[in-house]
This record gives sequence, structure tokens and C-alpha cells, in this order.
Amino acid sequence: MKNDHPLNRPRAIDSARALELRREIEEFNADYCATLDANDIEGWPDYFTDDALYRVTSRENAELGLPVGLVYAEGRAMMRDRAVAISRTQMFAPRYMLHVLSNTRVITEDAAGIRAQTAFLLMQTLVEGPTTLHLAGTYHDRFLRLDGRLKLAERQVVHDTNILANDLVYPV
Amino acid sequence: MYQSQTVIGRTLREKDAPLADCKWPDDALHYIPDWVYTSQAVYDLEIERIFRGKSWNFVALEAEIPEAGDYKRSYVGPVPVVVSRADDGSINVFENRCAHRGAEFCRHAQGNTREFVCPYHQWSYDLKGNLQGVPFRRGVNRAGGMPKDFKTSEHGLRKLHVATRHGVIFASYSAEVEPLEEYLTPEILEDFDVAFPGKKLKILGYYRNELPCNWKMYHENLKDPYHATLLHSFLVVFGLLVAGNKSAMFADKVHGRHGYMASAKTEEKYAVVSEENRKEMRSFNDGMRLEDERFLEFVKEFDSPWSVTMATIWPNFVIQREMNTLGVRHIIPNGPDSMIMQWTMFGYEDDTPEMERHRLRQGNLMGPAGFLGLEDNEAMKFVQEGLRRCTTGVNVLKLDADKVGASDTLISEAAIRAMYVYYRQVMGF
Repeated sequence: MKNDHPLNRPRAIDSARALELRREIEEFNADYCATLDANDIEGWPDYFTDDALYRVTSRENAELGLPVGLVYAEGRAMMRDRAVAISRTQMFAPRYMLHVLSNTRVITEDAAGIRAQTAFLLMQTLVEGPTTLHLAGTYHDRFLRLDGRLKLAERQVVHDTNILANDLVYPV
Repeated sequence: MYQSQTVIGRTLREKDAPLADCKWPDDALHYIPDWVYTSQAVYDLEIERIFRGKSWNFVALEAEIPEAGDYKRSYVGPVPVVVSRADDGSINVFENRCAHRGAEFCRHAQGNTREFVCPYHQWSYDLKGNLQGVPFRRGVNRAGGMPKDFKTSEHGLRKLHVATRHGVIFASYSAEVEPLEEYLTPEILEDFDVAFPGKKLKILGYYRNELPCNWKMYHENLKDPYHATLLHSFLVVFGLLVAGNKSAMFADKVHGRHGYMASAKTEEKYAVVSEENRKEMRSFNDGMRLEDERFLEFVKEFDSPWSVTMATIWPNFVIQREMNTLGVRHIIPNGPDSMIMQWTMFGYEDDTPEMERHRLRQGNLMGPAGFLGLEDNEAMKFVQEGLRRCTTGVNVLKLDADKVGASDTLISEAAIRAMYVYYRQVMGF
């Protein structure tokens, strides 16, 4: 992969500091996934800053530099609107989701925040259905520290999965 | 779930009927038999008579292949094709199958090339699909090679007929199909030209998903305004399509195969629904409000009485103009129980950055994770599973009974009936 690839930013951080941040980010993500995997969707926006950007898009779009998102939220208010819609009004078959995360990589830390990426596998289980690998991809994140705690200022969920199985109900 | 991953998913034998057993119910307008959606034999005949018959199939937007050498993988029915722009500016569509041993040679979703080379034996084709080179055509040391009468001109890729209108590319297997504009019919053409006035498009991105349902269900869903006002609480609560609002369901007057659902949003941000209508709508939630109302803004950009139109163009094309989120959807049939949907979201080259972001925000309505899109996908999956697995065998379409074609009430199935009148004629049912 070339160095200027939009999905592969060169690392520019001291390795001891990276290790320290990695543990903190892994803790953050474990909580984030526990919230989502418990279907506690209305708790999901709390992991973001007020003006955060959240986008789910295919790797195809990301590599072509195309801006569209399966989910595209500018700010936590839009995320809350989605969370409320999903949890209270939308019609879909019941399902369990399970996020499995790995390969957290801290890339930079500066005034703009901490940039990191983490690979994910998203499993889905439907009533009387098999457990399937619904999405495979990578979070491309920028964290800020507010009152000592990490918050997501940006999460770009870039999925390798090219043809989605029917739909994507819950945030990733 | 991918159709192929279904655990309990066998189609009952009587639903996978051979053609000889496919008899349409006597009250043909008001009943659709399940086998239309579930029979492999019916599906096979559809591919032959509809997708490879006298039809224009959407394949790409010109904005995707603006330069000479640009190409894109696409489909006509379930058949993989390549859409390519040649040096003379012409657009060419040919099957993605090497004329030699049949390899599907073009593997990249899109790109730019000087020629297409099959990786297996390196037969090469120009941007119009003509065979230009066969390695070792004369053999080695005068041994082997092609016979003297081998003509490259007789071994090109299978080419399709191509037509374009205002940046939208269609292909056809048929030499007899009417010209594209005539095919679309006057009213549909008029709505087509609203989203495609000839302005340069800007591609905003793609969605792709498998829907475990028959391809016709997608047409029907967009010819079924009844569901729109019941299933989609978002449409209802936010006044995007409400029983009682100014709205219409059109069906083309020539064949009844194309159509569009249309609605005019009122100035009110949230719908005002009468007590009487509210009682009929379980999904209506009076207290629901958005925290970020930018999502619902409607920038009037078209000369059209409708803020929303969803057009179904037979057999594989949907034009989405949902306020300011614009897109085309390409239906790829994938057996009786599956279809692939390829969505291309777009704006215009002269959009301001703020307008582009507005389109992206409003895009949350549509697509496989959209507030409307995901509910449709779920509902159609439920229908396909019910049809395949249960013993009763007909769908009941009695709303607005006996009417065929357009209707000005949303509580109507007249446009679905129009589609099936045409379908039965093409299919011989």
C-alpha cells in the first residue's frame, strides 16, 4: 500500500506514548461496543463530541474520495435523532449485533486530537438465522479529550464489505 | 442476510412451479399468484423476455465515465457487462465475457484503460469491444496457431445497443426496441428531465446491497403508495408523504410499466394529520421531533410541483428525487429470491459545498441504512419468506378496485395492477 493512501496514514508518534494511548482507546472502544451490542442505541451518541462527524461508508467510496455515507451524521444532535428513530420508531426484524475489534493503531497526537484506527468485524444474528459476518472494516478515528475523558470528534467507519446483506440497522 | 445464508429457506415445491402449472387466477386484476415471485422457471423466462427483450436497461451515468478509456462494470438483468467510453467519445456496452473461453475479464468496478485484455490467454479488445489481438495467432515456428480463415472481426465481444439521455446510459439486447424517449413515454420523460435536465452530474458515492426478495417487488413497493404512508413513520411524522397531502401515483399511459410516486411537501415542517386519518396510522407519533432539523430542509431547486418523486422505469431503474437527496438505483435480478441493488447518489457539478453537504445529510433517508430504505428492505424480505414458505398462494390487490394505472389517492393499488397487465402480456400469462 502506498504511503499516501487515504486509509493508511504514516505513524508519527513516540511508541511508548502510542502504547499508553492504545490501552486507553481500547478501553473506550470496549465500552462503545458494549453499548451498541446491548442494543442501547440511545446511549451511543454520548461517545461523541457535540460537533462530531460520524460516517459509515464503503471502502470503495473511501478510496474513490466520494463523500456519501450509509449513515452520515454531522453533530451529536443528528446522531441522537438517528438513535431515537432506530430505537423507537423504525421497523425491522429483531437482531443481535456483536462487534469484535482488533489492531488498534495510534497514528498521531497533536492539537487536532489523537488519530487512531481499529479493525472491526461486525457479526449479526437474526431470529432463527445463522450468525453471519455482516461487515468487516476499520474505524478511522479522531479523539479529543474532554474533562480528562476521550470523546470521538470523528469516526469514519470504512467497511470492506462491498455488497451489504439487506440493510444496516444499528450504528457500527 | 444473504439469500445464500438462509438457514430455513427452502421454497415449497408448489411455489417453484414449472411454467405449465403457472395459471393466473381468474380475477386477474386483483390477485397476484405467489409463483410470480418464487418460480425459477418464471424467472428464467423473465430474463429472456424482459431483460433481454424489447427493453432499455439502465447501465451507468455518463459522469462515471467522462473521459476516453473510462469504463465501469455493470449489469443488464443478471448479465455482467462493461460500459466503456471510446476515443471518439462514443459509449459502448458489451458483455463481460471473453469471446475465447468465456472469462469475465474486467474485474475492477471502474477505471481507465487503453484496451481490455483477458488475463487468461491475453486476447485483447478495443474500447468498443472489437477483438484486436490474439497471441500466437500464427503459431510458433509455423506450427499451431489459428486457421487462416480466422477473422478477428467475427470474434469480438457481444455488443449491446446503447442509448443515452441527459447523462443517463441505457443498453438493450433488442434491435427492435423503440427509441429511448418513446420507450419512456411522455409523462415519465417529463419527470426524468427534472432530475436530469442535462446539467453535469457529480457522483457522490455508491451503496450496494442484496435484498432477499424478487426483483419485481422493488417496482411494486414504489408503485404502492399505501405502504408509504403506513410503514414509514419518518415520512408520516415529518410530512414527506402523508395521506391527505397533495400527492399522486402515476403510471405511464402507453404500457403501464413505468410510473412514479409523487408528493408535494407543505411549508410545515411537521405533518398536520386529521384525527380521523391518525386513527388509521399506527406509525404516527405526534410527539416526535428532530433535534437537528437541517435534515428536513427542502431547497427548492427544480421546476416541478413535486418535492418528492420516486420513478420506476421498467425493468431495472429507479430514480430517487427525495427532496434534495438524489440517486439512481440499478436493480440486478439474482434468481427468483434475490436481487442486488446498486445505488449511485449524485448532485450537480454546480452545487455549492453547503448544498452538497445538505444532500449528504438528507441521504440518511435512503440507502440500506436509510430511515426509509431499511424499512422497505425488511418488509420485502418478510414478504419473500412468507411467499416461499407458506401454503396459501395469492396476493390480494383490491384497494381502489378495478382501476388500472394512475391514481390521485394514495390508498390505491392501481399502479401495481397496471404493471401486471403489461407483465402478463409480455410473459404470456
